[in-house]
Amino acid sequence: MIRVVLPLHLRRLANVDREVELSVNGKATFASVLDALELAYPMLQGTIRDHVSKERRPYVRYFACGMDYSHESTDMEIPALVQDGVEPLRIVGAMSGG
Amino acid sequence: MSSVRVFVGTRKGAFVLDSDAQRKNWQVNGPFFPGLEIFHVKASPVNPNRVYASQASEWFGQVIQRSDDGGKTWEPVGNKFLYDGDPGTHQFYDGSLVPWKFKKVWALEPSLTEAETVYAGVEDAALFRSTDGGMNWEELPGLREVKGNLWGPGAGGLCLHTIIQNPKNPLQLFVAISAAGAFRTDDGGKTWLPINKGLHSNYELPDPNADVGHCVHGLAMHPSNPSVLFMQKHWDVLRSDNSGDLWHEVSGNLPTDFGFPIVVHAHQPETVYVVPIKSDSEHFPPDGKLRVFRSRSGGNEWEALTKGLPQKDCFVNVFRTAMSVDSLEPCGIYFGTTGGQVYASANEGDNWDTVVRDLPAVLSVEVQSLP
Repeated sequence: MIRVVLPLHLRRLANVDREVELSVNGKATFASVLDALELAYPMLQGTIRDHVSKERRPYVRYFACGMDYSHESTDMEIPALVQDGVEPLRIVGAMSGG
Repeated sequence: MSSVRVFVGTRKGAFVLDSDAQRKNWQVNGPFFPGLEIFHVKASPVNPNRVYASQASEWFGQVIQRSDDGGKTWEPVGNKFLYDGDPGTHQFYDGSLVPWKFKKVWALEPSLTEAETVYAGVEDAALFRSTDGGMNWEELPGLREVKGNLWGPGAGGLCLHTIIQNPKNPLQLFVAISAAGAFRTDDGGKTWLPINKGLHSNYELPDPNADVGHCVHGLAMHPSNPSVLFMQKHWDVLRSDNSGDLWHEVSGNLPTDFGFPIVVHAHQPETVYVVPIKSDSEHFPPDGKLRVFRSRSGGNEWEALTKGLPQKDCFVNVFRTAMSVDSLEPCGIYFGTTGGQVYASANEGDNWDTVVRDLPAVLSVEVQSLP
């Protein structure tokens, strides 16, 4: 299972705990994980990425294994430790403000 | 016994204020959606327990929340607002052209006649409609065809902030956009007319009498007399006696005719309320005195209502959707401020009470009168 950690406001919106578990068929890319997340929790559609273009919203970032993958192609495979459920994919609201 | 429910949208969540018909003792419920901007909360007049809320966040975008128990519990519904076709471009502040882009929902207006129909006014300015309780949204694109390429944003963005349906003719809708002006449809939203004749924007537009481009801050109508409209423009308070075909100024003796909200008394079609703000450069009340002004003559002659409102050192603003009336007898008037206060008058504005003092900045106030 792939573990995804959501920020507070999205947890409340989806009515879930801090972390959700997802299974992905085939190659586990950032895009396929986000597809699986939005399939399981349709209320998250449009909150992490655009409804149509699927571009990441500007104030959202993707962290995993101590790295920032926000600017990588979402067709890239997620790190092996995330695929194996050892580490979570963290969806984060970007730091902004004082 | 009658009661009142006040829906307050703020910078950091929504609140629901409840009182009986005396409107003296209030229960404050919330925050709902804590930490998130709630631009507008409004109940359906057809199904009073159906309430919609517009939740917007720079981080996580637009969410529409719906309640079917009067605001006690909520569930997210549809948030897919896609313009019809290629919307092209509109003017930016400097007159350059920028692509139309959905940002957020400013106004939610449940239909007066259809329980599952609700309208949404959005930024960048457009009108959307849902006929399934907010699950799916479709644009009414005829509005943008009224010279939408010439519309430009006001200081708050290019926002459609006011939607009024004619209770005697539900196919007739009025909307207001900053900064594009007022518009009317007589066919349920298929085709639209600009209704800005008589507006003069001497400081804001190269052609002060242009048919679009005016910064209309708010519109108001009394349901018994829907051909009469009142307008708070950027500067000027105006009135139309012919459904917006022609406007004339009724600012009269107001200390300043800049402001944001405008509402009409629930039982007296010629009694109108505004909150004058010093200027477009200084968004606070003149002289540090928070005063509501009431006209009982449909404009021109205004009286200051001050009892219970701060009359010194007050430098808050009152946003365009942050004032509303109930339909009890006598009529109640309510407004919220950027300082987080919500004030209520249970006697048509003669006296004011502070319902709650320390909320986040208030973005919207809507009132529901319950039997």
